[in-house]
Amino acid sequence: MFAPAARLASKRLLEIRQLFRQSPQARSFSTALNYHIDSPDNNPDAPWEFSDVNKEKAKEILSHYPSNYKQSAVIPLLDLAQQQHGGWLPVSAMNAVAKVIEVAPIRVYEVATFYSMFNRTKVGKYHLLVCGTTPCMIRGSREIEEALLNYLGVKRNEVTKDGMFSVGEMECMGCCVNAPMITVADYTKGSEGYTYNYYEDVTPKRVVEIVEMLRRGEKPPVGTQNPQRIRCGPEGGNTTLLSEPKPPPCRDLDAC
Amino acid sequence: MGLGLLALRASRSLALNRLPRAFAYQNPSNNAIIRGIVSTPELQNPEAAAAVQQPEPAPELPPRKPVAGARVHFTNPDDAIEVFVDGYPVKVPKGMTVLQACEIAGVDIPRFCYHSRLSVAGNCRMCLVEVEKSPKPVASCAMPALPGMKIKTDTPIAKKAREGVMEFLLMNHPLDCPICDQGGECDLQDQSMAFGSDRGRFTEMKRSVVDKNLGPLVKTVMTRCIQCTRCVRFATEVAGVQDLGILGRGSGEEIGTYVEKLMTSELSGNVIDICPVGALTSKPFAFKARNWELKGTESIDVTDAVGSNIRIDSRGPEVLRITPRLNEDINEEWISDKTRFFYDGLKRQRLNDPMIRGPDGRFKAVTWRDALAVVAEVLHQVKAEEIVGVAGKLSDAESMMALKDLLNKMGSNNIWCEGNGSDPQADLRSGFLLNSSIAGLEKADVFLLVGTQPRVEAAMVNARIRKTVRATQAKVGYIGPPTDINYDHQHLGTGTQTLLEIAEGRHPFCSALLHAKNPAIIVGAGLFEHKDKDAMFSAVETIAKLGKVVRPDWNGLNVLLLNAAQSAALDLGLVPESGNSVESAKFLYLMGADDVDLDKVASDAFVVYQGHHGDRSVYRANVILPASAFSEKEGTYENTEGCSQETLPAVPIVGDARDDWKIIRALSEVAGIRLPYDTLGAVRTRIRTVAPNLLHLDEREPSAISSVAVKPQFSQKVSIAPFGAAVENFYMTDSITRASKIMAQCTAQLLK
Repeated sequence: MFAPAARLASKRLLEIRQLFRQSPQARSFSTALNYHIDSPDNNPDAPWEFSDVNKEKAKEILSHYPSNYKQSAVIPLLDLAQQQHGGWLPVSAMNAVAKVIEVAPIRVYEVATFYSMFNRTKVGKYHLLVCGTTPCMIRGSREIEEALLNYLGVKRNEVTKDGMFSVGEMECMGCCVNAPMITVADYTKGSEGYTYNYYEDVTPKRVVEIVEMLRRGEKPPVGTQNPQRIRCGPEGGNTTLLSEPKPPPCRDLDAC
Repeated sequence: MGLGLLALRASRSLALNRLPRAFAYQNPSNNAIIRGIVSTPELQNPEAAAAVQQPEPAPELPPRKPVAGARVHFTNPDDAIEVFVDGYPVKVPKGMTVLQACEIAGVDIPRFCYHSRLSVAGNCRMCLVEVEKSPKPVASCAMPALPGMKIKTDTPIAKKAREGVMEFLLMNHPLDCPICDQGGECDLQDQSMAFGSDRGRFTEMKRSVVDKNLGPLVKTVMTRCIQCTRCVRFATEVAGVQDLGILGRGSGEEIGTYVEKLMTSELSGNVIDICPVGALTSKPFAFKARNWELKGTESIDVTDAVGSNIRIDSRGPEVLRITPRLNEDINEEWISDKTRFFYDGLKRQRLNDPMIRGPDGRFKAVTWRDALAVVAEVLHQVKAEEIVGVAGKLSDAESMMALKDLLNKMGSNNIWCEGNGSDPQADLRSGFLLNSSIAGLEKADVFLLVGTQPRVEAAMVNARIRKTVRATQAKVGYIGPPTDINYDHQHLGTGTQTLLEIAEGRHPFCSALLHAKNPAIIVGAGLFEHKDKDAMFSAVETIAKLGKVVRPDWNGLNVLLLNAAQSAALDLGLVPESGNSVESAKFLYLMGADDVDLDKVASDAFVVYQGHHGDRSVYRANVILPASAFSEKEGTYENTEGCSQETLPAVPIVGDARDDWKIIRALSEVAGIRLPYDTLGAVRTRIRTVAPNLLHLDEREPSAISSVAVKPQFSQKVSIAPFGAAVENFYMTDSITRASKIMAQCTAQLLK
């Protein structure tokens, strides 16, 4: 009577062991910490203000919303603040936004922590975001991230020593047809020259080339990096839908 | 052993099956156990679930009772709609949610995020029910009931939905119930027993969350949090401090303050009660006791004049915690942090034995007989007008009655209660009560706060004003020193000058008062101590006449008292004969009075201190008579709106102490002027002859006539003086709170 029970027990024990043998990274969270830790360049006492140009912009943004719904402007204003501050939001910038839209600071923190595009820790001048969602992952986004990290010698969300680059992960950016892809957020020119470009159909070799070009101050061509493709069209030209599309039968009354 | 367990399970489920199904729903209080052991593995697959579903028995069951006394209030009879809950027709007003309709029908819907006093969030999904013709289960807390809706709460779909939600909630919830302080009173625990599955399928690592520091009162174990956001909504909506928020997203979501910040609200302790899990628990109560070991005693809070309804949880001789009781008219279901956490003061600095100060200036413990003999001897040696009695902030009506009778028998009428000033107006009850009642403040549309900071003087009244301001955008004008008010208000001025400007109609706020439908003026009892108080009150009454504040259907002229004893003292006529009696006193009887200015007392005066704590007055006392605290005696207290309530003994009396009225009764016997009562009932019979309203427990006795109509006009000149703050430190206002370590921590950390 005990034999089956013992067998069952040992099997279960094995299963449990198997569980513990799994890598500790069973669930990874791409977002940064959800609380603030004071540091010399990020603390509530550090002064922060919109620049004069951006004050005008903020006024313009606020004019889009009714005066009693100023809080609606929280996301565009945070974005503006992030561009002004070199790609990330110190806690004092969030406080400044809270003051502009007249809400409690915590309401701004809630929004800033919710969206992964708001960086609450320092990023490089070029913030490279690798898409990690399923289609890109199947097409090799992990290798691309690895190549970037190896080339730059940093970990994820870490800034290179010269402050030029940082690598982060981003969820689907709607470019699955040209997977895998990375995005480069360029904070070198402040909020005026801010760009956010897609580099699609990349390979581990090509991303390194892109990074080298960026470092040299060149502008790598945006969009697909596969010379055989035109935007999101198939490699080597179209293979289907070559003729003129037929009009919908119900509309074309003569055809029916 | 395994077989034994199996047999036990089998017999249990057998016993259960024999129970009629209706029984489980007839008694919502004890069905938790019955539901708890019903596991529903057969519902794991839908075909079997459909097969299990039995044909509906004919509805011959008796009508069900609403859950927890839920009441329906139809403001407009045309708005009633009929819905069917499990086949029962119920009439509910338009705009009610499905969950509320189910409650009225007597079906308790499980929920985590829904709270009747907070806004609806609808994010826990535990309250899913089936609605006929709806393609999927609906979240009943957020779905308005529609006419003819057929709601089903007991179908396989609803049960399966709950079970699924429960499984998701438990995915990331740690299995630390044995070391969790919420264990035994945890919504998650109860509901997972009642509605959850008996196993989960989650085998990954659970997440963990960093604990937050919210101050000395609330302990956080954030890994246990299920993100119901009740605490966030409470802090934002009721407490009025926007400190808490939901940070992050998805499985990384957590509750926090983002930056290191303590929760500096006077109501922060309530998040402990509304937290459905053990994420927010009481820091002072942590690991002290299990809730099933505690004896609950329904009592009254005495730290302010609101008289919040509380339950004192004790084990043996020790008060372990204080929780609120529901009273819609007074404190709803909240209490202030002072009320909740001052209980540890009941254990410290207590007076155990009668003591006499020897010639060397040190106290020596003596027997009651000796102590009373000494007091009685001195009592007979002094002249009648040199006898003075002061009742303390925490005195109950019975002991004040006894003290007044004793002093009157000795020929003195120099007796008053702390906080009422030297010349209180006790003739007309409307002159010292919160006439519009605490719940009635919700009808007001303009508030004028004169020399009162309700946030620190009466936190529950402040919560009511805030509720009104939030709901109806009522205007609030405030006259007094700059203070932190947690709702929109206008700071009109700091003192008498502004008051006179309004009385003379020269102030812009006058138009708001004149156009208000139900204006409410709240005067702080701190003004009682002011030397120009009569002139100030006549100015307030002028404003009241101006703004039609007092009408037959609305009395908005309010006084907000500070202490639990004040209104009962005024009802009993504790009014001193002369203004400077303390200075001329040769025999001073302090019944728990610790805020008397003892520097004024003559050096040869004989001071008797009768009380429960070795506080300020003990340093000057010649004799100490130990008395019982409010948690140890039966006593009547009248709150600021004139509602009499009763405390009940929760723990035994400390040491050789006695109830206040008994000490006075014994002293009268020793002094040879026996008071004619031997029991509490007899004391109350005596009170009936003086102030019968004090005996109508839990009933608010409104004042019969308003003081505005009958009072003569004062023409006294008013000095232009700013009002002071009546309460300097919210956390320490009386002898018990001053002895409390928790309150000292709060003072140190939160009042920075």
